[in-house]
Amino acid sequence: MVSAAEMLSIAAFLEGRYAQAFPSFGSERMGAPVMAFCRISDRPIRLREPVTEPDALIIQDPTLLHQAGLFEGLQLPGGYVLINSSRSIDELGIGSYVGDHAVTVAATELALRFVGRPLPNSTLLGAFAAMTAELRLESVLAAIRQKFAGKIGEANAAAAQAAYELISRSDTREKIHVEAD
Amino acid sequence: MWKQIEGSRAVAETVAMCRPQVICAYPITPQTHIVEGLGEMVKSGALAGCEFLNVESEFGALSVAIGASAAGARTYTATASQGLLFMAEAVYNAAGLGLPIVMTIGNRAIGAPINIWNDHSDSMSMRDSGWIQLHAESNQEAADLHIQAFRLAEELSCPVMVCMDGFILTHAYDRIDVPLQQQVDAWLAPFEPRQVLDPAAPVSIGAMVGPEAFSEVRYLAHHKQLQALDRIPEISGEFLEAFGRESGGLLRPYRIEGADTIVVALGSVTGTIQEAVDELRADNVAVGSISICSYRPFPLEAVGRALSDAKRVVVIDKSLAPGLGGMLATDVQMALSARRQRVYTVIAGLGGRTITKASLVKLFLQARADALESVTFLDLNWDLVNRQLSREMATRRSGPAAENILKDLGALPSKI
Amino acid sequence: MPFYQIKFYQTGTFTVGNRLLEDSDRAVQSDVKRSNALNSGHRACQGCGEALGARYAVDAAMRASGGNLVAVNATGCLEVFSTPYPETSWQVPWMHSLFGNAAAVAAGVAAAMKAQGRTNVRVIAQGGDGGTADIGMGCLSGMFERNDDVLYICYDNEAYMNTGVQRSGTTPAGARTATTPSVGSQPGNVFGQGKSVPLIAMAHGIPYVATASVANLHDLEYKVEKAVPIHGARYIHIHVPCPLGWGSEPHDTIKVARMAVESGLFPLFEAEFGEVTERTAIRRRQPAEEYLKLQKRFAHLFRPVRDEERIAAIQGIADRNIRRFELENGGAS
Repeated sequence: MVSAAEMLSIAAFLEGRYAQAFPSFGSERMGAPVMAFCRISDRPIRLREPVTEPDALIIQDPTLLHQAGLFEGLQLPGGYVLINSSRSIDELGIGSYVGDHAVTVAATELALRFVGRPLPNSTLLGAFAAMTAELRLESVLAAIRQKFAGKIGEANAAAAQAAYELISRSDTREKIHVEAD
Repeated sequence: MWKQIEGSRAVAETVAMCRPQVICAYPITPQTHIVEGLGEMVKSGALAGCEFLNVESEFGALSVAIGASAAGARTYTATASQGLLFMAEAVYNAAGLGLPIVMTIGNRAIGAPINIWNDHSDSMSMRDSGWIQLHAESNQEAADLHIQAFRLAEELSCPVMVCMDGFILTHAYDRIDVPLQQQVDAWLAPFEPRQVLDPAAPVSIGAMVGPEAFSEVRYLAHHKQLQALDRIPEISGEFLEAFGRESGGLLRPYRIEGADTIVVALGSVTGTIQEAVDELRADNVAVGSISICSYRPFPLEAVGRALSDAKRVVVIDKSLAPGLGGMLATDVQMALSARRQRVYTVIAGLGGRTITKASLVKLFLQARADALESVTFLDLNWDLVNRQLSREMATRRSGPAAENILKDLGALPSKI
Repeated sequence: MPFYQIKFYQTGTFTVGNRLLEDSDRAVQSDVKRSNALNSGHRACQGCGEALGARYAVDAAMRASGGNLVAVNATGCLEVFSTPYPETSWQVPWMHSLFGNAAAVAAGVAAAMKAQGRTNVRVIAQGGDGGTADIGMGCLSGMFERNDDVLYICYDNEAYMNTGVQRSGTTPAGARTATTPSVGSQPGNVFGQGKSVPLIAMAHGIPYVATASVANLHDLEYKVEKAVPIHGARYIHIHVPCPLGWGSEPHDTIKVARMAVESGLFPLFEAEFGEVTERTAIRRRQPAEEYLKLQKRFAHLFRPVRDEERIAAIQGIADRNIRRFELENGGAS
């Protein structure tokens, strides 16, 4: 998850914005989720604390869904939720927690198809770009290529693009608004 | 050149540009990415003319640095926490011998209990070793300070620690302007030692000095720190001229004009403090802050002047002095010894405990109402503490304290 | 090692022995052009084996390096008696840092020389048994493992002499020291496993390891001169009697050292990359107790009653060394 946050920050950087990405710092107890954070802004970022009231939440591991407090602090209405799952929001039964801007994408499966490994980070970023329109697809792809060199970078970028197109075409697209920072 | 990179990586790239000739390091969280980055640059040839040694302990690391520096090489190493303590003997030795080694400290708490996250207890433990200690507010400043550090160290023949908060800075990706090699080459001259091991001109370094001369040698160390007080702001000015940005210096004030309450801190928490100050100022609450960059030498005069018009001072202190209060706070109080300000010591952020803007806003308002104790522990879980104290009162064989508290914590909601 | 038949050991320019040798076989100390790297005026005790060993070793290193030498010294007798502030008796670039880090500091000097393109400058590290076998073991092992370009010379007087004769990791079994006093049912040092730093050095597979003794100064010089030009980690362990700490007569220092060699208690050998390549045969085997009797630190083994068991145990150590290093009959020259 850490590299996803880093790539997000690189994508934002490539668009001339300020960004800060960092892993969670705090005791990692058994069963507690591993978290990474990213802040994107048009002004220099001085704050140095974890994000407790996210505008967007990306959940890479759907088994965490029954974790209490996972959606705590999510800015609703308007906050985005992106979940790595082949089931829909309704099928997951979490509709009441996640507001109107929640989307699932089978990122692991896409990653397996394009990259050959079940590592969904880049794929999720492609979906994120489509869902929030916070970042352009080209920026996300460039960030992925910067993080992963050569053929691996290309494969990850392809997976991200596929996820982007999937989300752009889906029904939920109409419910998404672009939120200014 | 602007890059979005990890703080550690920015430091590694900047240090490499300073053309070090010997780098030696022993891995310890959270400094690992810095030395790994440098090791890779040496191995690949990107950093030429440099010997990189993987040593067997931190004591070995600084010892290798001592030998290399005495033999005339520009030398660099990095450590944190337990590692800094393990090399403590060598830390004092390097300063006493006047060797201009530059060392990064990825500030991390000292155990027991073992903790890999940030606070300032490590560099604080060596604050009177004779090293110069500079604290970085941001990753940009962390990178820049290393360039300044080599110049400062070599001019004064005094080793310099550049302190950056572990994880909070070392492991964060930020937008950083990494200088170009030509810029650094133009600014940083090759190392010209004051003393050097050279067969062409033999000298003996490291003699034993008895009562008849020890005080004088130590006075000269004190004098060196006083000289540094003058050079540090000058070097910051020289850096600004060449690289075009503010970096380093003795301290940095933020909206202290007309502030009745001024907050003092070291390092990265400064950013969060400034956000809290802005929020309060927007409500016409007259709060300001200063961040101290040069912690050693401690800028007594500059701190005293900056705080002179405030009614009260709040020190956000990431270094606990058990039984007394805070280490930074103690030094700040010395700067105010002739004044009438109330000083509030707030112990915060120990072992990586997050300091949030919201907590700070609340705290500063309490301070302004003079509703704070002279020493406060920010966001302490008193329930956990009291449970442990009752446990100890109830039975002699109460078991290891840390383990008991962690067990209690498991039953309570998680806290970042 | 070079073979010669003369009985007299040279101690100065005009000694008989040297005038009968080819120039190339003469001792460094016989040369008027020797460096005197450890100059006179130092404060060593009368009869100090370490001062003797260091003078020969460092002058030999200076000859072998053409005067391009840097010395790093651990805290200890040598460092203290050679640099009584404000004087120094060293005529080479010399550095003293801490007790346990001579090997690491020397590695740093070597790295600096390499970075500056000056690999012709040779680096030696010097330490006593305390600074080498005990507190310095970590740094020493690291230096060996990295194969740093350093020749480490250990002057082993078998205790922490400078601080008042306390036991070290190389203190022999049964010896009296301030922390292993000759009282109780087991007077003197324990009969433990011992710690052979030369064998530890060999276990690291470094290019050259040797033991030497002030009983055989020419051999000591030969080994240092052989070691200096080699690039990589090298180790020489020199046995140096301490009259004060051992309770021997100052004028007996070389005799005591020779008894240690001839009894088998201090084997002389060379090793390369972990394998013994040369050993010095014992010319006339001596019983271990003849060595022990010269030193008051072993007096409790003889008075008030002979401790047959422990004398025999020490003899056993000697026997084992002779067997292990093939020091008798047919051991290489």
